[in-house]
Amino acid sequence: MITIFGKPLLLLYGQLTLGLINGAFYALLSLGLAVIFGLLNIINFAHGALFMLGGFVAWALLEYLDIGYWPALVLAPLIVGVFGVVMEKTLINRLYKLDHLYGLLLTFGCALIIEGLARNEFGSSGVPYPIPDELRGPLDLGFMMLPAYRAWVVVAAAGVCLATWLVIEKTRIGSTLRAATENAPLVQAFGVNVPRLITLTYGAGVALAAFAGVLAAPIYSVNPNMGANFIITVFAVVVIGGMGSILGSIVTGFGLGILEGLTKVYYPQASATVVFMVMVIVLLARPAGLFGKA
Amino acid sequence: MLGFTRAQAIGFVAMVAVIIIGPAVLYPVFLMKVLCFALFACAFNLLIGYVGLLSFGHAAYFGMGCYVTAWTAKNLGLSAELAILLGGLTGAGLGAVFGWLAIRRSGIYFAMITLALAQMVYFVCIQAPFTGGEDGIQQVPRPPLFGAISLQSDMAMYWLVAGVFLLGFLLIHRIVHSPFGQVLKAIRENEPRATSLGYRTDDYKWVAFVLSCFLSGIAGGTKALVFGIATLTDVHWTMHGEVVLMALVGGLGTVFGPVAGALILNGMENYLAQFGSWVTVTQGVIFVLCVVAFRRGVIGELAAALRLKL
Repeated sequence: MITIFGKPLLLLYGQLTLGLINGAFYALLSLGLAVIFGLLNIINFAHGALFMLGGFVAWALLEYLDIGYWPALVLAPLIVGVFGVVMEKTLINRLYKLDHLYGLLLTFGCALIIEGLARNEFGSSGVPYPIPDELRGPLDLGFMMLPAYRAWVVVAAAGVCLATWLVIEKTRIGSTLRAATENAPLVQAFGVNVPRLITLTYGAGVALAAFAGVLAAPIYSVNPNMGANFIITVFAVVVIGGMGSILGSIVTGFGLGILEGLTKVYYPQASATVVFMVMVIVLLARPAGLFGKA
Repeated sequence: MLGFTRAQAIGFVAMVAVIIIGPAVLYPVFLMKVLCFALFACAFNLLIGYVGLLSFGHAAYFGMGCYVTAWTAKNLGLSAELAILLGGLTGAGLGAVFGWLAIRRSGIYFAMITLALAQMVYFVCIQAPFTGGEDGIQQVPRPPLFGAISLQSDMAMYWLVAGVFLLGFLLIHRIVHSPFGQVLKAIRENEPRATSLGYRTDDYKWVAFVLSCFLSGIAGGTKALVFGIATLTDVHWTMHGEVVLMALVGGLGTVFGPVAGALILNGMENYLAQFGSWVTVTQGVIFVLCVVAFRRGVIGELAAALRLKL
C-alpha cells in the first residue's frame, strides 16, 4: 500500500476530496457574505439559516411538487433569493442609518426564527435527500475512485464562484456594484437606483447561500443545524481572507477546506479547531487578513 | 454615593428590596438563576453599553467559569468562594488572551473573531477529558462557604448568590463611573478623538474586556454551584445569544437594564418551556422586534419617559 508520511494514500485522497467539498461551501458562503457586507455594511448572520433553507426548499420541491434536483438547483436559490429580498425590504433596510451592530443582532434574530421553525417542523435529525440518478456511482480517476456527486459539487461550486467573480469584475452591473460599495451617494447622484441595487445584492448573496444549500443536501441530510455549524467557521474564513477581495474569499475558502481535510488525516483531534487556529495566526501576523486592505 | 444619581440610588434600593423579599414570593432556585444571568448580562453590557464593543463569544468565559468552578469544587474540594473565584480568574485569563487577539480588529470583525474563538473553546470542551464531554460535570457538591458555612439549603445559597451579584453589580457601576470609565465612554463615542487626546485606546478596551470576562466567569461559576452541573450548553453560542437578548430587552448601556432583561427572559423561558423549540423562535422574534422598534429596551424606554438616567 502506498503511504505518504505514514498515512495510506487512499485515506489521504478521501479526506482531501471531503476537504475540497467543505472548502467549496466555505467559498460560496464567504463570497455571499463579502458581497453583502461590501454594499450593505452588515454581517449577515442569517446566512447559515438561509443556506439551510435552500436545502429544505429543494427537499420540499421534491416531496410535494415532484420537482427534481436539477430544476431545484435553479428554483431553490430563486425562491430563497425572493425571501431575502422581502427580508431586506421589510426589516434590514430600517437599519442603514444605525450602528452596524444592530444589523448583526437583527439577522441573528432572523437566523433563530428560521432555524427554530425548521426544528419544529422537521425535528433535529432532518430529512434525507437523494443523490440525482445521473450522478450516482463513482468516477474512476485512475489513481482513486471518486463519487461522481462529490466531483460535481466541487466543479459546480468553483464554476459559480468564478461566474460571480466575472460578473463583479468584468460586467457593467458589476462595476456599478463596486462603485456603490466605494461611494453610494455619488453613484446615486449619477442616476443609479441604489436602494434597488442594495436589495438585489442582498437577494443575490442569499441566493448563493441557498445554491450551496441545495448542493449540500444530498451529502449531509437536510437538517436544521447544518447552517449554524457552517456559519461560524465561515466567519473565521472571512476574518482570515479579509472581505476586501472576491478572489481572496474564494481562494481562502477552498484552501482552508483542504487544510481541514489534511488535518483530519494527520491529527484528527484538531480538525474541528484548525481553521480557528489559522485565524489566530493570521490575526497575529497580518491583522487585516490575507487579502484585506489595512 | 458610589456615583449613583438620585434616581439610580432609589432604583438600587428598590432592587435590593426585591432581592430580599423575592424568595418569600418566588421559588429561590429560579431567583438564583435570574441573578446569575443578571450578573452575566451586566458584564456583557459593560462592553457593549459603555465601550461599544460587541463581543459575540461571552459564552466561552461564562462556560469555562462553570467548568472550572464545578471541577475544583468536585475534585479538589475547594470551598465555595475559592471555587467561584477560580472560575472568574479562568474567565479573565481566557479573556486576556482572546481580547488581546480580537482587539486587533474593530467593529464587525471584532464580533466575528470573538465568536470564532468561542466556537474553538466549544470544540475543545467537547474533546477535553476534564469537561466530561456530552455528559458534562454532574453532581457537583455545594462546598461550604469559607469552609465553615453550609450552603446545602437553597436559602443559604440564595444569600451567597445575592451577595455575589450585588458585589459584581456595584463593581461594574464603580468601573463605569470612575475616570477609567469616562475614557471608555469617550472611546465608545469617538475612538479617533480619544486616541488624539493621548489615550492608548486598545489598552483601555483590553482592560474592560478582561474585567467583563472575569465577571462572566464569576457568574458561570456561581451558576455551576447553584445547579450542581456544568455542561456544553454553557459554552455554546446559543448561551451567548440569550445573554445578548437579555441586555437588549432590558436596554443596552443602562445600569438596571440587563437585570430587568434577565428577569423578563428567564421568567418567559419558564412559561415557554412546555412548548419546546418554540422558545428559539420566540427569542428570534423578540430579537427582531427589539432591533426594529424597541432599541432602547424596557429600562431605556422607562428612563426616556421619566427623563432620568437609569
